[in-house]
Amino acid sequence: MNLDTVIFFAAAVVAVFGATMMIAQKNPIASALYLILSLVAQAILYVQLGGLFLGSILIVVYAGAIMVLFLFVIMLLNLRSSDDLGPPPPALGRFTKYAFGILLSVELIVIVKAARMPSKATGVLGFPVEDFGSVKAVSTQMFTTYVYPLELTGILMLIAVVGAVVIAKKENNAQVSDDSGSDRPAKKQVS
Amino acid sequence: MIDYVSALSIDFGLIVPEITVLVTSFVVMMLACSKKVSSWSSTVTLVGYVLALWFTTRQWGHQGSGFADMVTCDNFGIVFKAIFIVASIIVVFLGHRYLRVKGLHRGEYYALMLVSTLGMMVMANSSDLIVLFLGLEIMSVPLYVMAGMYRRSLESNEAGIKYFFMGAFSTAFLLLGIAFIFGASGTTNLRSIVTDFSYIANSFPVYLYAGVALILIGFGFKVGTVPFHTWVPDVYQGAPTPVTAFFSVAPKAAGFAALLRVFVYGFSEVTILSDVFWVLAVLTMTVGNLLALRQDNVKRMLAYSSISHAGYILVALVVGGADAVAAAIFYLVAYTMFNLGGFGVVTLLETRSGCKSEFNELRGLSKTNPYLTATLALFMFALSGFPPTVGFIGKFYIFSAAMQSGFVWLTVIGVMNSFVSVYYYLRVIKTSFFDEAEGTPVPAVLSPTIIIALVITAVGTLGLGLFPQQLLQLSQAAIFGMP
Amino acid sequence: MSEYLAVLLFAVAGIGIVLITFGISRLLRPHNPYPEKNVTYECAEETVGPSWIQFNNRFYIFALIFVIFDVEAIFLFPWAVAFGQLGLFALVEVTLFLMILFFGLFYAWKKGVLKWV
Repeated sequence: MNLDTVIFFAAAVVAVFGATMMIAQKNPIASALYLILSLVAQAILYVQLGGLFLGSILIVVYAGAIMVLFLFVIMLLNLRSSDDLGPPPPALGRFTKYAFGILLSVELIVIVKAARMPSKATGVLGFPVEDFGSVKAVSTQMFTTYVYPLELTGILMLIAVVGAVVIAKKENNAQVSDDSGSDRPAKKQVS
Repeated sequence: MIDYVSALSIDFGLIVPEITVLVTSFVVMMLACSKKVSSWSSTVTLVGYVLALWFTTRQWGHQGSGFADMVTCDNFGIVFKAIFIVASIIVVFLGHRYLRVKGLHRGEYYALMLVSTLGMMVMANSSDLIVLFLGLEIMSVPLYVMAGMYRRSLESNEAGIKYFFMGAFSTAFLLLGIAFIFGASGTTNLRSIVTDFSYIANSFPVYLYAGVALILIGFGFKVGTVPFHTWVPDVYQGAPTPVTAFFSVAPKAAGFAALLRVFVYGFSEVTILSDVFWVLAVLTMTVGNLLALRQDNVKRMLAYSSISHAGYILVALVVGGADAVAAAIFYLVAYTMFNLGGFGVVTLLETRSGCKSEFNELRGLSKTNPYLTATLALFMFALSGFPPTVGFIGKFYIFSAAMQSGFVWLTVIGVMNSFVSVYYYLRVIKTSFFDEAEGTPVPAVLSPTIIIALVITAVGTLGLGLFPQQLLQLSQAAIFGMP
Repeated sequence: MSEYLAVLLFAVAGIGIVLITFGISRLLRPHNPYPEKNVTYECAEETVGPSWIQFNNRFYIFALIFVIFDVEAIFLFPWAVAFGQLGLFALVEVTLFLMILFFGLFYAWKKGVLKWV
């Protein structure tokens, strides 16, 4: 049992623990914090696999930026705890969710056992580049072969901004009164 | 220093229509920032679309690939790009007055529509799964926003949220599928996958099949096949009607472009796919038709009808091969025409105050708007597949392709479904022609823009039905340009 | 093995700095706890209402724009690493990418999203 294995199991256990605790929390903020724990552990796993860039993305983007967004959204929705979410689902629903969870887990294990795991030299081409996963390898690929997808990603993020503004920005000008749609009750907002 | 431009074969000639649409969307976004000029956005949008259509037609017959083989320009993609642009142009005309009446006429609407069209065009022309995925996302994100744009209507909000969640889940499936394929083959390029298919299938069959299945589920959500259809009725009913018209045609065509490209070209050697598509097609057309029978809302009925039409097009995927692809393209063009026409009439009727497109609101329509009712009847005949409309020809080509390949039962089920569908389409005609209205019916006010939209779709529905030869030749020439 | 040693050293140093600073302040500060010290500080007033309030949805747009530019930064990171090798081609590419994204910022700005009031 070498150090790699020890760290792998430590990170894996923390990742699964974080994910489990995340869905078991009543307070959504606590869920978000457990998600951070899980993401950091996953980042360690990626780094162990040689995916340094992927690991850093996980920390910077997911545990950093997206988590901030999550927290803002939780505060925006003003969810206090899962008590606000209404009555629990009927017994059948509760049973099916466990049944499906177990079924999917078994299926996953069977697939992983049945499939030949691609070893170091995988697929038709093996690893597409030397030094797969390092920042340098990622960047030479990203800025040469994947130039078209890169620019498309830019467009995708642009339209995300525009869409968010359209959806979330208050309309200043009074619009034509609507006679068919049901009006939303005006909610008091504290800024 | 390496000359990357030639090493990666950067060729902007391949993506001129895409660039045109993108630049137009930028211009429209700029216009939307200022209140004074934002009313120009629809005109600018139209000009952009027409230019893009012109550039697209200029590409016809040209074959090539570029951007490190991420983009393939072939007749197949060009035809689909033309379908998206034409559908978008019709939707611009069709929605103009509705948006003004409902206070939704904002520059952003057009900007989002343009970017969505851009995503579809990227999808149609992609020869790489990554580009396909990005195109799908660029198409979908504006659609989520467009569905929820009518913010004072709870139904619209619900539609936006529902569409967003289902869309996000389906993209997750798709992405996982692509990851499996990449794991098995070490590439996301469709051409390489086709070249090395037997090696992949022998070495990593589990990953290959899991990947294919997940990709199928992802696209299945997008085109609304049963059992991934549950979002369709709510979203179609809740979204603003011109947006629904757009939903029901353009993204569906884009989804089928991707399905045809990936499964008829890319994974054509996965033989079990034909059986899977057989089941999907039968389920989709049957469930769509049976549920459509029970609807009391015209928009909801059209939503289920669009599901069943997706089922007919899936028949082409069961059959596979050049003839079936041509039939699918023909059917998609036809479907674009008559479905947009049908939604056009519904949009027009919804500009009357308080109208929610219930069936009983159609009563007495022939008294107030006789010509409009006749047009509506034409579209309903086309949707149910009566000659001499293009709906009949489209179904004929699809099912004759199926018959020639020996799918007798599939054809029988399809034709029986067509008969079932006649019931609910004719119910629209019956209600609007023969049922007496309670009280005095309010006439729908025609505007020049919607007349243009209805004339285009009606001429398309009837003209292509009477003279289908040209369109058929066009769709037969629309082959994959990937050796 | 040596790579893990570096990580271990970093971890030890990181935890150490925190422990040392807290330890020093613990040694230096006077120890005088009383209940008022644990009350939520609100400008010397009694706290009013719960601290769980509904945020203004402006925060949401801000956070989203932040995410977008965070992702942009992570795209610039590899570009900076391989800049010497890729040269002008990548520079043009990244400029285009940035222009597309800054257009989004420009749009949000023009729409008055960045204005607080």
